[in-house]
Amino acid sequence: MADVIVIGGGPAGLGAALEAKKTGAESVVILERDRELGGILNQCIHNGFGLHEFQEELTGPEYAQRFINQVKDEEIDVYLNTMVLDLTEDRKVTVLGDEGVQVIQGKSVVLAMGCRERTAGAIDLQGYRPAGVYNAGMAQRILNMEGYQVGREVVIYGSGDIGLIMARRMTLEGAKVKAVVEVMPHSSGLYRNIAQCLEDYDIPLLLRHQIQKVYGKDRIEGVTISQIDDQWRTVEGTEKIISCDTLLLSVGLIPENELSEKGNVPLDSGTKGAIVNSTMETGIPGIFSCGNVLHVHDIVDFVTKESRIAGRNAARFARNELPRGEEIPTRPGKGVTYTLPQKLMLEDPDGVTLFLRSDVIYKKARVKVKEGDRLVKEKRERLIVPSEMVQITLDPEELRELNGEIIVEIVGEKND
Amino acid sequence: MYDVIIVGAGVIGTAVARELSKYQSKTALLEKNPEVCQGTTKANSAIVHGGYDALHGTLKGRLNRRGVELYPGLSKALNFPYQQCGSMVLAFNDEDEKKLEALMENGRKNGVEGMEILSGEDARKKEPALSKEITKALYAKNAGITCPFNMTYALLENAMENGVELFVNTEVDDIEHLTDGVRVKATKRVFEGKMLINCAGVYSDKIARMAGDEDYTITPNRGEYRILDRKVGDLVSHVIFQTPTPDGKGVLVAPTVHGNIIVGPTSESVDNPEDTRTTKEGIRKVDRSATKGVPGLPIKESIRIFSGIRASVEGSDFMIEPSKANKKIFHLVGIDSPGLASAPAIAEEVRKWVEETIPLKKKESFIEERRAIPHFEELTNKEKEEILKKNPHYKKIICRCEMITEGEIIEAIHRPGGATTLDGIKRRVRPGSGRCQGGFCGPRVLEILARELKLPMEEILKDGPHSKLLAGKLKGALQ
Repeated sequence: MADVIVIGGGPAGLGAALEAKKTGAESVVILERDRELGGILNQCIHNGFGLHEFQEELTGPEYAQRFINQVKDEEIDVYLNTMVLDLTEDRKVTVLGDEGVQVIQGKSVVLAMGCRERTAGAIDLQGYRPAGVYNAGMAQRILNMEGYQVGREVVIYGSGDIGLIMARRMTLEGAKVKAVVEVMPHSSGLYRNIAQCLEDYDIPLLLRHQIQKVYGKDRIEGVTISQIDDQWRTVEGTEKIISCDTLLLSVGLIPENELSEKGNVPLDSGTKGAIVNSTMETGIPGIFSCGNVLHVHDIVDFVTKESRIAGRNAARFARNELPRGEEIPTRPGKGVTYTLPQKLMLEDPDGVTLFLRSDVIYKKARVKVKEGDRLVKEKRERLIVPSEMVQITLDPEELRELNGEIIVEIVGEKND
Repeated sequence: MYDVIIVGAGVIGTAVARELSKYQSKTALLEKNPEVCQGTTKANSAIVHGGYDALHGTLKGRLNRRGVELYPGLSKALNFPYQQCGSMVLAFNDEDEKKLEALMENGRKNGVEGMEILSGEDARKKEPALSKEITKALYAKNAGITCPFNMTYALLENAMENGVELFVNTEVDDIEHLTDGVRVKATKRVFEGKMLINCAGVYSDKIARMAGDEDYTITPNRGEYRILDRKVGDLVSHVIFQTPTPDGKGVLVAPTVHGNIIVGPTSESVDNPEDTRTTKEGIRKVDRSATKGVPGLPIKESIRIFSGIRASVEGSDFMIEPSKANKKIFHLVGIDSPGLASAPAIAEEVRKWVEETIPLKKKESFIEERRAIPHFEELTNKEKEEILKKNPHYKKIICRCEMITEGEIIEAIHRPGGATTLDGIKRRVRPGSGRCQGGFCGPRVLEILARELKLPMEEILKDGPHSKLLAGKLKGALQ
């Protein structure tokens, strides 16, 4: 029995557990399947973490360690090498770990399992299926945690942040990164990563290009790439072969919600994560969700921010102190692919920060929160890109004044 | 000197080896790849066909039916997955319906039982995902699904336990005729045997030519497939075929024994028996054809596309016969569909022929049964407790998608003829075959392989002989 069970010991789980403890939960448990806390941060040995949270540039392991140290001080129970096998709606969690199979009852549960990478199979990558085709994150783990190089001549497919980071990392370890191939007309990674990981090392970013085929029966020997048009058709005459012994895929991340589904947690087809209200509570009372299992973030500092909301409210739920009241839905409008949370609780004493992503690049943009025709709040942004999450905050007073569906939209100069 | 040398360790070679291991004979099983189960056996539909399709009067017709008879007993004795889930062949119009009648008639002649033609409505009652356009369906109760990998490993393990010797990384370069048998040169080794059985699949024509038989030509035929996530696995519960065309049985939609859905194959002649590429056109064809019968098929839940090569011959029947050059050599050529369904019967057939040439005496000490590696997730709570007490490696989940423990992986390595490659582990106990495709568990499995085999990590292969995964240690990495 525990007040709050946190599933996952990465940045989201760590933040949620600490905040739950601070809010007054007596017993807080973290269940982690890996052999140490920190999650994916442990393999992110580059810097750039913590600018918002600590006003410092930290590496991934350094960022994680600050939270791990606090977890130790706060007497939070940590179970390592522990896999959650099952979750029920009434918050019974079945685990397999050092003590064998156990069932733990939580007064509340925080889902913080993170996400996984899209694979070659999921994008119908054609040709052979040889050794040397890696998900970028898997390659990152092999280099940074196991200490092995995966290849010498590299093509990267997709310009997600992990792919960009790995372009630099592989280069620093003596590999030749020949190109980053991206199907979209813009990168799906952060601007700062394009500059620091590609431009600084003269690695070409080929936008609106597609990999047509993988060559090499046993180990990859090369790829055929070609340009594609707006309709995703191959532009004739642009095919060319790039030889390589390694192909890294950075083609998207998917929240890993198989366990949430076991607990019948309703999911959003847009975010692929749970549908939550502004307290980060899912459709199942007492089950909360935060971090990359809820929606894929680009900056860990925002994961921490979100996880605090989930942890705080999970503790309140465990103490029967979670405010209840009227909820109104939010909906993505023009220019927005998704908004989160999907429901706002009008009595939320903390106010709410809405997270959203744009569909394309906008310059001189305005983010508008509207209730019917009424403009509730507006925020100006010089530039909005799909790869960088946008936030807009409503304070408790603004929340209380709402009574109908909220639509969030972006207007500005489209730049595509 | 061996009594029998078997060339090729796919499902046919291992089935023959296991059959002969019942007798007092010394058998060598040669495989050119780093592991068994790396040719056609590793990439096919995994279907045990009912036996109504293979033309009456052919070897395929007879051996398919006999194979189906043998499967229940064999899968029980060797503890590999086999489910008689039944199949349906769909008709969309009068012309198709006539084909169903003809198939049923052919099945009756082959001695297949449990067939009936269902109305479209009855077919949809049995299989609600079927298209409303379906007018009739031929239902065959005894068609089934298996796991060709685990079947092959089961046959191999049991054969080895009964004395068969396996030689991997051993490619036959030359065959010489001796007065009392054959001499085989294979990757710097020489094997002598009283007999040789050619089970070399897509290379069986090449092996036949080495023996002096020029009459065989394999026309490699490629089939492309798609595998869907287990989360949509209960959409269909039967093997669903289109009506056959001159190209074959067409694209099927079927459940797998592991709870996924398999869709495919295409049929396309290729020049190179190693050409296992997938193509945009091929996969598009698979999708189009499959959604005709099952319109709600969630293609978006695809986790893998792949292709396999059929060892097809002109004339299309199995060719199972002695060499013209040397009666002590026996060729198995053109073992394409229903080769998997016929495998146990083919093994019997070969044994009968061996018996005519050299005396075979039943082995008193023959161990008939083999137990599968326990899959932790499928155990009862009591079994889980017991196994955890005995083996703490079962406490650690390595593959989160398929819930595979370290205990299962270690056992896959140490079984007779055990895994030495990443894909060998994947085919035996499934880490890497789930939705993350090894993204998380891959490095962990590599580590376990290196540790258990006492090899450096960078020596571990993915699959084929040149499929090294790592390019070396980083400078400055911790030792």
